[in-house]
Amino acid sequence: MGSEQANLSAWQMLFAQPGLGRSVAVSFASGLASTALALLIVVLFLAASQGTWLDRSLRRLVSPLLAIPHAAVAFGFAFLIAPSGLMARLISPWLSGWEAPPDALIVNDPWGLALTFGLVLKEAPFLLLMSLAALPQLQAEQRLRLARSLGYSPTLAWLKVVLPSLYPLIRLPIYAVIAYATSVVDMALILGPRLPPTLSVSILGWFSDPDITHRFMASAAAVLQLRVTLAALLSWWLLEQLARRLSQRWLTNGDRQRGEALFTVTGRAGLTLASLAALAALIGLGLFSVAGFWRFPELLPQSFTFDHWQRSADMLAGPLVNTALVALLSTGLAAVLVVATLENEQRQQIHPTRSLWLLYLPLLVPQIAFLYGLVVAAERLGIRPQLALVVAGHLLFVLPYVYLSLAEAYRRLDPRWLYIAQSLGVSRRRAFWRVRLPLLLAPLLTAVAVGLAVSIGQYLPTQLLGAGRVPTVTTEAVALASGGNRRLIGVWALVQAGLPLVGFMAAVALPRWLGAPRRAPLNVQRQG
Amino acid sequence: MNNAANALTLEQVSIHLAGRPLLHVDATVAPGDVLTVMGPSGSGKSTLLAFIAGFLQSTFTAQGQVRLGDTDVLSLPAEQRGVGLLFQDPLLFPHLSVGGNLRFGLPHRSSQKSAQIAKALEQVGLAGFEARDPATLSGGQQARVALMRLLLSQPRAVLLDEPFSKLDTALRQEMRALVFGQLREAGLPALLVTHDEADATAAGGPIIALG
Repeated sequence: MGSEQANLSAWQMLFAQPGLGRSVAVSFASGLASTALALLIVVLFLAASQGTWLDRSLRRLVSPLLAIPHAAVAFGFAFLIAPSGLMARLISPWLSGWEAPPDALIVNDPWGLALTFGLVLKEAPFLLLMSLAALPQLQAEQRLRLARSLGYSPTLAWLKVVLPSLYPLIRLPIYAVIAYATSVVDMALILGPRLPPTLSVSILGWFSDPDITHRFMASAAAVLQLRVTLAALLSWWLLEQLARRLSQRWLTNGDRQRGEALFTVTGRAGLTLASLAALAALIGLGLFSVAGFWRFPELLPQSFTFDHWQRSADMLAGPLVNTALVALLSTGLAAVLVVATLENEQRQQIHPTRSLWLLYLPLLVPQIAFLYGLVVAAERLGIRPQLALVVAGHLLFVLPYVYLSLAEAYRRLDPRWLYIAQSLGVSRRRAFWRVRLPLLLAPLLTAVAVGLAVSIGQYLPTQLLGAGRVPTVTTEAVALASGGNRRLIGVWALVQAGLPLVGFMAAVALPRWLGAPRRAPLNVQRQG
Repeated sequence: MNNAANALTLEQVSIHLAGRPLLHVDATVAPGDVLTVMGPSGSGKSTLLAFIAGFLQSTFTAQGQVRLGDTDVLSLPAEQRGVGLLFQDPLLFPHLSVGGNLRFGLPHRSSQKSAQIAKALEQVGLAGFEARDPATLSGGQQARVALMRLLLSQPRAVLLDEPFSKLDTALRQEMRALVFGQLREAGLPALLVTHDEADATAAGGPIIALG
């Protein structure tokens, strides 16, 4: 695309853009700050709450919270913190004295703070889930008991004896979060600064510009985005080294009590607040979608109406069909590929190798740079934007998540189940259908639900690869952001948030309906 | 019944792990007999069974011959070897009923399947249990269903991997008598690996010590 000269002038044009430095700074800072904050919240929560009722109840909330698409969370969060949002109403006028919404730029603030906090709401459940998946390998319970028998108080014990081993196990997910957060588009469109927007949003704008020189500039900017993300990853790595150096002495200084109360309180409060904010955001969406007349300091609308839902119904049908089609096709393909990979791995007795990083690549590279390259490649090959291209794009992002959620259960299935089946005269192929798949039904359905949720939430692949010709609930909802009709946004964002939950409920209900085992037999221990 | 034609023969079988010799066995088990292989954990007892049944991990290498009568077992895929397995866990498929588990074991073309299943259940005192969910059965009941599933599949030899070690003492006596009795009655050669002397005594056959 373009000659050497066009290439050079694209860069010159890019660097001449007003506010480019600011865009880069906001992308970099919001990505790093949100990841650090989310990690801090999750780590302190795990340290402070192991085994408490708070731990158990929040664990149950993790998956549903994670399933809510980014855009829906962003809209809900915007409704919560806006000058006329739920939080302002909650404290007005009795505390704040505001009779009218204060004149402040809270959502879309120029420093990306709203974006940063919005990202935290999505990243914290993700990091929590990844930590919970890794913890069983660490025998955290025994380590804690040991440390406590040596006189360490519970929270400090966790931080000193469990965290150092947990961190390496969640490093890859953390890097994925950084890559995502530094280049996110949908959340930045809703919560991020406007003039200038984040780098990723700028790229999308230039990319869609009819002026061809803007598209050259967009590809230069996509390369810049890649560097910004790399810089963020490198900074994180340096911070890791620094933290390791600084904590070395602290780990073994014998201090058993100091900071316990502070860590415990912040640990419990942090994630509780984040979860409450996410729930309140959803309630806000619901309220706005059925609100009639709603004067400012009133906490609840004066009247309720279903007008917005009725008016949206016709417009929703097409995008709903597209959303379902793309989600089912991409997840179905992903499930088949993942099961085939894992089954092959089992049959050939291959141990998962380093080549798997290829699968995670789409999660570690900024989406906008990655997809931009795909679109250009598709154009070169003469592939027109269409449903199949969107499905292929979704597949790239659905596949790693389906793999991540299924692999562990697949490998842990006691091999003796298949030995028994084969010793009874059933061939390997039939044993796969008659024993392996039925036994893995529950984790398989959960993986499918995860895949559906990932696909439903995708904004950028749909927008770029479909070139606007495959509108989904997500692209349509995000498109409403600039209009500012909150009631309409409430309807669409709520539909968007509800769709993945349907998938998760089906994943829970289906095995019961099919009469599958009450207790999964996955943990039969092998001896001898 | 011709003894030699149905015996299980292990001829100069040796298994290596990463070049290190793990075990060496040379033995013949006549129909209705039980050969007991004893040894501490890590001595490769279960590996020997995996080798005979066709599930040896690729980290192990093995030499030698295994024959059932005149059939060279090692050249067949696991599902055609006719070698039945009994583990310490009954491993009843949880997605199938008790009857479904037994039906899973029956050869594809057998006749009067329901009648065979009913008879098998009656033999072990579980008449009428066809529709039950395996999870609702006691440990001893599950072990008995697992045994009948094995026998209904009409194996030509049986491998027992510490099958009684998870049962309580009273039940253990009862299951030993049942299992060895049924195997003798069916005229099947069996290989038992265990670390429990009492198992070996109850089996009543020759004993090989490993490790």
